[in-house]
Amino acid sequence: MTATVRIPTQLRSLTGGAGEVAVAGETVAEVLKQLDAAHPGMGERLFDETGRLRRFVNVFVADEDIRFLDGIDTPVAPGQTVSIIPAVAGG
Amino acid sequence: MPFVDGLRCRECGRAYPAEALHVCEFCFGPLEVAYDYEAIAAAVTRESIAAGPPTIWRYAALLPAEAEGAVDLGAGWTPLVRADRLAAELGLGELWLKNDTMNPTGSFKDRVTSVALTKARELGFKVAACASTGNLANSVAAHAARAGMRSYVFIPSDLEQQKIITTAVYGGNLIAIDGTYDDVNRLCAELTSEHPSWAFVNVNVRTYYAEGSKTLAFEVAEQLGWRAPDHVVVPIASGSQLTKIHKGFKELELTGLLHGEAHTRVSGAQAAGCGPVATAFAEGHDFVRPVRPNTIAKSLAIGNPADGPYALDVVRSTGGAIGAVTDAEIVDGIRLLAQTEGIFAETAGGVTIATLGKLAASGVVRRDERVVAFITGNGLKTLDAVAGVVGPTATIKPTLEAFAAAVDTEGHLS
Repeated sequence: MTATVRIPTQLRSLTGGAGEVAVAGETVAEVLKQLDAAHPGMGERLFDETGRLRRFVNVFVADEDIRFLDGIDTPVAPGQTVSIIPAVAGG
Repeated sequence: MPFVDGLRCRECGRAYPAEALHVCEFCFGPLEVAYDYEAIAAAVTRESIAAGPPTIWRYAALLPAEAEGAVDLGAGWTPLVRADRLAAELGLGELWLKNDTMNPTGSFKDRVTSVALTKARELGFKVAACASTGNLANSVAAHAARAGMRSYVFIPSDLEQQKIITTAVYGGNLIAIDGTYDDVNRLCAELTSEHPSWAFVNVNVRTYYAEGSKTLAFEVAEQLGWRAPDHVVVPIASGSQLTKIHKGFKELELTGLLHGEAHTRVSGAQAAGCGPVATAFAEGHDFVRPVRPNTIAKSLAIGNPADGPYALDVVRSTGGAIGAVTDAEIVDGIRLLAQTEGIFAETAGGVTIATLGKLAASGVVRRDERVVAFITGNGLKTLDAVAGVVGPTATIKPTLEAFAAAVDTEGHLS
């Protein structure tokens, strides 16, 4: 069960510059946990001290905002893309 | 520009150089321009500003880019007009309208675009880009043409025809996306990572871009004799404009340019069909739950507003409120403004006027306050909003008889 995770510029120092990485996981929470395991340091950038996704981090599954889905528990199907995107943009 | 110390994360305070950065690498918080206010206060006077050009660049000391060589179509220094007839309709006392329909491409976006592309050019960018609900599309395409920059403008495909044409005419690339503005914005955020050599005015150079909205406050204060108004009503899309107007008044106080204090109460206006910040305000939340927009006020149709939490902070800390109005009320607001003050605003202006009316009726905006409402875009851009409800009084043959038969002139001829 492998998903593709799109990495924003701000986090590419942790992926050796890669804009996309493949990790396993069946939900957004699992995918992001595996991402942290594969690229240490990712977790503290994405989650605050209480373990919640930081308020300026948006996550999309197949281009849909997970806040319109099941949040961090949103299922990720094999081959789907999970995008991590800074919330501060637009307007 | 000489007064810029660098950038600083609004959330965690980390410092960054004044480059094309908009988000803190550690916590993803927004970066803000940090100024040396003491140096500004020592160097700038009301007189030196008044001697500057009749554009936003008269306030260059408080902007993050160099005035010399600015990408400039003449944005800013728009009229602030006293609106007694509208005030009487709304039961208000002293009401002023900041008529930003008078900008080069017909909206306040010329302010932010001019600052963003001036800084982008300083940083060496040759390509201008943006995600837009229409007004920014016009502005970026026009300013890029003026600057000789290539442009990539991204819009939702269901935008008003007028806004599509008034962008495409400037040349450049106009990409219509099948989706909402939030889809467009998400795509642009991703494209920014893939095309780091492009200046997306509201993504990677957003930190500078947003500062342009402070000039709305600077001008209003200067036009009122260097005094801050008691209450302002500002439309909310991303929330950036509202927070920067507040910041603008505070900066004038901080640099000694203001008579009195920056005591202004700040209220916000949204469409009920896309009112995530108004909902959060009403429900007492300090976060904003995204919505899917469904309103004729397309220029405000941002379901996932980046500065929503900060707009809530400003409104609450200043004792303002945030109202939301229906599409029918928006149309009524456009007509009321046009019929009482001769200003034809796009749908965002209808939102602002209709919300002002509600806030006046509920006593939030008071009769004893000096009030300024921001009219941020021109009605010629959203003709469809009123096309079905206004039109010729009569269509007749060119004869006196036909005119007499069709038009009741009783009491109107003298």
